[in-house]
Amino acid sequence: MNTQIRRLGIALVVLFLAMIVQLNVLQVIKADELANDPRNSRNAERDFGQQRGRILTADGKVLVESSKNPDPKSRYAYVRKYPGGSLYGHLTGYFSFVYGTTGVEHSYNADLAGRKVNLSTKRLRDLLASKTVTSNVTLTIDDRIQRVAARALGNRRGSVVAIDPRTGAILAAVSTPRFDPTPLASTDIETTRTAYERLRDDPTKPLLARAYRERYPPGSTFKAITAATGLETAVIGLESPEYPQLRALPLRFTDRPLRNFGGSECGGTLPVVFRVSCNTAFAQLGLDLGPERLHDGAVAFGFNRTPPLDLSPGAAASVFPEVPFFKRNDPQLAQAAIGQGEVAATPLEMALVAAAIANGGVIMEPHVMGEVRDSDGSKIRGEPRYEWRRAISKETASTIRDLMVDVVNQGTAQRAAISGVQVAAKTGTAQTGRDTAHAWIIGFAPADNPTVAVAVIVENQPEVSTATGGRVAAPVARQVLEAALAAQASQR
Amino acid sequence: MARLTRLGVPRRRTELGLMVLAVALTASAYTLVSLGKTATVPTNIRPFVGVVAALLISAHIATRRYARFADATILSIAAVLNGIGYVFIVRLRPDLANKQAAWTGVGIGCYIATIVIVREAKRLQYARYTFFFAGIALLLAPLLPGIGYERNGSRIWARLGPITFQPGEVAKLTLALFFAAYLVEKRELLAVAGRRVFGVYVPEFRHLGPILLAWGFSIAVMVAEKDLGSSLLFFTLFVSMLWVATGRTAFLALGAAMFAAGATAAYQLFGHVQTRVTTWLDPWSYASGSGYQLVQSAFAFGAGGITGTGLAQGRPARIPASYNDFIIAAIGEELGLFGTTAVLLCFLLLVGAGLRIALRADTAFDKLLAVGLTTILGMQTFIIVGGVTRLVPLTGVTLPFVSYGGSSLVVNYVLLALLARISHDSNARLGELEPLSWRQRRRERRENNTPTVRGGGATPSGDGFGDGNEDETTMLDGSGR
Repeated sequence: MNTQIRRLGIALVVLFLAMIVQLNVLQVIKADELANDPRNSRNAERDFGQQRGRILTADGKVLVESSKNPDPKSRYAYVRKYPGGSLYGHLTGYFSFVYGTTGVEHSYNADLAGRKVNLSTKRLRDLLASKTVTSNVTLTIDDRIQRVAARALGNRRGSVVAIDPRTGAILAAVSTPRFDPTPLASTDIETTRTAYERLRDDPTKPLLARAYRERYPPGSTFKAITAATGLETAVIGLESPEYPQLRALPLRFTDRPLRNFGGSECGGTLPVVFRVSCNTAFAQLGLDLGPERLHDGAVAFGFNRTPPLDLSPGAAASVFPEVPFFKRNDPQLAQAAIGQGEVAATPLEMALVAAAIANGGVIMEPHVMGEVRDSDGSKIRGEPRYEWRRAISKETASTIRDLMVDVVNQGTAQRAAISGVQVAAKTGTAQTGRDTAHAWIIGFAPADNPTVAVAVIVENQPEVSTATGGRVAAPVARQVLEAALAAQASQR
Repeated sequence: MARLTRLGVPRRRTELGLMVLAVALTASAYTLVSLGKTATVPTNIRPFVGVVAALLISAHIATRRYARFADATILSIAAVLNGIGYVFIVRLRPDLANKQAAWTGVGIGCYIATIVIVREAKRLQYARYTFFFAGIALLLAPLLPGIGYERNGSRIWARLGPITFQPGEVAKLTLALFFAAYLVEKRELLAVAGRRVFGVYVPEFRHLGPILLAWGFSIAVMVAEKDLGSSLLFFTLFVSMLWVATGRTAFLALGAAMFAAGATAAYQLFGHVQTRVTTWLDPWSYASGSGYQLVQSAFAFGAGGITGTGLAQGRPARIPASYNDFIIAAIGEELGLFGTTAVLLCFLLLVGAGLRIALRADTAFDKLLAVGLTTILGMQTFIIVGGVTRLVPLTGVTLPFVSYGGSSLVVNYVLLALLARISHDSNARLGELEPLSWRQRRRERRENNTPTVRGGGATPSGDGFGDGNEDETTMLDGSGR
């Protein structure tokens, strides 16, 4: 029997070894993966009510901070405050016990909570003192620009996005309507729930970060892409072809021709039709390019791709229909060429289009994080500066820039002009109903050495004409560009 | 004569020392839980230490008085496991802590009672059929209307007056006793009789009848009660005891075949078995449904990492049944890999001690009973820890001594007492002698140029199940140093 007993012992030892191996798999090899799984509610539970780092604007305004809970009986030692309020709600996001985290609160949670490995084990002293080293996140957003953008937009629904084209740093991102994160981060679950449900059921969708999560038809601002693609593929030049003067462009497969706004007549060479934003001419250019080249041109600018924005939830991808969609469908192709039909872009994407033209064809990764420093002030990470896409060649970019300068000096975007600084811009009017249209503008300044690019959309204006974008959106763009240039000048 | 009265004293001294460590460990863990929860030292720490020490010391005194040659480690290891388990129940379910404490008291009481009443383990074999029928009755009890009732999807509970318990836990013990007795009687027949069919040994059916009956019966009851874990435990217990008793590997093959057939049939027939298997293979797809427990326990293990969050610093409340079947996951979160490994090593030491007792036992019944009892401890640990860590499909059983649960605790203490009794019996018969110091051993080895055979002793080295004692005769020879 003893032989069997010994063998039984060996068998049991093997079983125990298997358990110990499995425990090592769970607690060592897969430990990080399991601990940071989004479904693992421990992180939120642990971090909620704990001290977290602050979120600041580039010019030092505190947007989010933790302060000691005034209620000594509460199980939460700290409460999260949002002095940035609704102006920054879509950027900072909220840190809710019930609804999780969004925005910077989510994407830089590890830094804010002080759980990054390189942070917490940086110095043995910190480890031994078991001091929570939280980090502060400084955004690239400048409060001065953000405020001007919000004021210029006013109560009108829409969005403004301003980017430094050289780095991809987002200088301002405003969406209207907005929400205040404060009640959502309340330590009282009932307060949080009530506030959240009210925001969720609000038909104006205040929780929606229009700047990077909502898609609109880009209208004539898309003509910058159509023109750039025409130049890149040599389908069009500056002198030729010359488009015929038309009120409406007859199309195959339909009885309904494509008309200019208000039935006006236009035509001519590229500089002329770009300046007056001639629909019939750009529709014809779209047909000349064909679906494949137009599609590839849009993708080069970032359509159908998700911009790697460091916010959560992330940016929505803008949409340009796939090539088969246009088969035997000239009307849709013509509409796509003028930014209507099934084409849809986020304000962020259109700002990136402007940035691409401003930055010699290169789109930098858009980001809101300027730097992360721990509570002792030492730098944890710096601003990310990575190329995202190469949209067009330097030459094409410079040509389109000149065309956009023309638009400001003599065309539809004259209200975007700033005295003493050359602005380049393209307006857009995207018809959304019989009598309503989104007013758009994209632009940048200074034209010869751009340091800020901007996209503005004002939703559903009660007027449909070529002038809508210029009348409604251009003044907003001008104020934002001015504020950005002033802010940049003060930093130098 | 003076020397004779001191026999067994060093062993008991070792036990006392280990118990002091167990009390210290439990008390510091208890303090840490309180510090972690409310940042205060528990107000009742002195009475707590007093009660823990009193319980252990009374068990120790009973052992010293009635089984002084018994193995020195098993009671202390059980005390450590019970202490850790109790601390985690205090931490996870303070409302259940008093009940667990009371059951611990009852468990220790039953340990003492068993040590006092059962003066010779081998006498238990004469009551084999009493144990058999008691086991059957206990297994059936939860199915009886009026007594049994269903809880959490398993019909394994019985109610007698104000007390609710799991009769299946007791049945484990009585059936192990029955099997040991039965196999001692029949093992010659089972091992020798039989025919070879195509070179494969086939035992005669009539000798296997009762064991097959008991096996099939318990499996049927377990399926009816949906208690898969206990079913698996019984099966492994039967097969390993049969194999140890007869030395016939054919029984292992037969057992594996029976297991495969039973498992396949259960999988085909029962939806809850299929659910267990699918969630075992991929709990992540059912993370908010049937896989919730496994996913949450995996999160707990991950959150714990190597060193753990510290007592009362983690969030194991997320794990369902964290105080019961999933207590190892709660330990994993708060004490980390160190904690879970330590707990497993405690069980491994217990299993090692149990098998060493079996090796040293000098009657077949004692040997088989020790093997059975040890198998229960080892396999139950594997079934639940393996299930929680997703090594095998999850089937709910308690983690011996650690999980919340009165029936399990009491039965395991009785089991421990039986092991202690067997250990005492064999050591007493072998003739307990003072262990030699390492100097004396070295001198003897040099003089004899042969390995030293010691009469006993509880020094950490030696007496493992790898050294010496090939069979009963050499063991007896070994005593006459």
